[in-house]
Amino acid sequence: MANYSTNEFKGGLKVMLDGDPCSIVDNEFVKPGKGQAFNRVKLRNLKTGRVWERTFRSGESLESADVMDRDMEYLYNDGEFFHFMEPETFEQHQADAKAVGDAAKWLKEQDICVVTLYNGAPLAVTPPNHVILEITDTDPGVRGDTAQGGTKPATLSTGAVVKVPLFLEIGETIKVDTRTAEYLGRAKED
Amino acid sequence: MSDISLWQPTAPLDNLRRRATLLADIRRFFSERQVLEMEVPILSRRATSDPHIDSITADCSGASAFLATSPEFGLKRLLAAGMGDCYYLGKAFRNGEAGGRHNPEFTMLEWYRVGWDDHRLMIEVGEFLSWMLNISRVCSYSYRALFLKFLDIDPHRASLEELKAVVARVLELSFEPADRDECLDLLMSHHIEPNMDSSDERGITLVYDFPASQAALARVEDDELGAPVARRFEAYVAGMELANGYWELTDAAEQQRRFAADQQYRAEHGKPVNPYEERLVEALAAGMPNCAGVALGVDRLLILACGAQRIEEVIAFPIERA
Repeated sequence: MANYSTNEFKGGLKVMLDGDPCSIVDNEFVKPGKGQAFNRVKLRNLKTGRVWERTFRSGESLESADVMDRDMEYLYNDGEFFHFMEPETFEQHQADAKAVGDAAKWLKEQDICVVTLYNGAPLAVTPPNHVILEITDTDPGVRGDTAQGGTKPATLSTGAVVKVPLFLEIGETIKVDTRTAEYLGRAKED
Repeated sequence: MSDISLWQPTAPLDNLRRRATLLADIRRFFSERQVLEMEVPILSRRATSDPHIDSITADCSGASAFLATSPEFGLKRLLAAGMGDCYYLGKAFRNGEAGGRHNPEFTMLEWYRVGWDDHRLMIEVGEFLSWMLNISRVCSYSYRALFLKFLDIDPHRASLEELKAVVARVLELSFEPADRDECLDLLMSHHIEPNMDSSDERGITLVYDFPASQAALARVEDDELGAPVARRFEAYVAGMELANGYWELTDAAEQQRRFAADQQYRAEHGKPVNPYEERLVEALAAGMPNCAGVALGVDRLLILACGAQRIEEVIAFPIERA
């Protein structure tokens, strides 16, 4: 495995720290004019999602982490594992609920997700930024009042609950931003 | 975005215009006070010996030369020659220093006042910063008072174990601090500096009487509690280190000892050991007048004057685009 020195640390670089794969969030060079040089580094632990702040001596190095992001198609959930497939090679990977985490509530079959592999096994799943999902449960729609701007909760086919305008009905498909759980609009019928 | 925009300056043009007026203001400040602008070599056959600063090596006429990390040696030789109050405003270079507040090539202002001590020069640094940044509030603390205020520990008397315990309380490190100075540097840069300017009104903070072990080229004397301290000061605004000043060492033998100690530290820590400036020792032996001097980072001053956050907002072409 390659090693990276503090002067190569930059946002997104994947390194090993305390035995866990981490992604560097921020790297600040700190040096008193007449003092020693340090690097104050923020890292996200890719297993726990927790952000660490840690200070290194400038010139120290960390081992790179065998972590890569791959676009994969979500296939199905067998009750225990979520199955994904690499579209080019058709190679399949199974991820447990811990790796999928909160992404589970956005996963629709055949959507393309980013699966983060650590030593070849899924470590985390990032859903597409925008997904199109069907409303499976919500209060009856209020017609003729589309400008009012009120919202109500709606349950989607994947289990996610989002706030939607009052006029929407069960069975309609909507577009949602998975990063904010924000309703973006009715899905186009095409 | 592709590489297509890399020809452009990183700094907004207005900040570069502000740089031009700031440089003119600096020259006016010193002209009004009869301090003369000097040019000294940027390219020298001698390097810095500072344990924590690395020179950039160049090849000149088939032999190694070094880019100046500060104009200090040249200006002091001029002082010894009898030049009187003088300053340098221009480029300096430090290898490996790059980040939000550092660029390997930067603009430095350094000035010397003959017959002054560190406390007299601190007053002028306060006046200078007030003028350039339009700030009136100036606070001074001894290094000890600052550590007592922020961490409730006496930096001159605390043991290494006590300092390590404080470091462990406020910081997460990937390493074990090696000595007292490393602990003090960590606490100063990571804890005290960022919290220094917490009040709403922006002020100038002057810190004096540094640990004797961090004297660099300042005199060492006992403070009022009998601890040996370096007659060295630093100026901060908005938690950013702007200037570092000394009541200058004039003792040639002591200067020679410090150069030798620096060179030994560098060798022991695997850092390049380059020829040091023995002509400074000769100049001190010939008789440099008592004086105080200070170096100030002009790019950082401009960050504050422009309300910018990072150095690339005030430098047209930082190293990534230079």
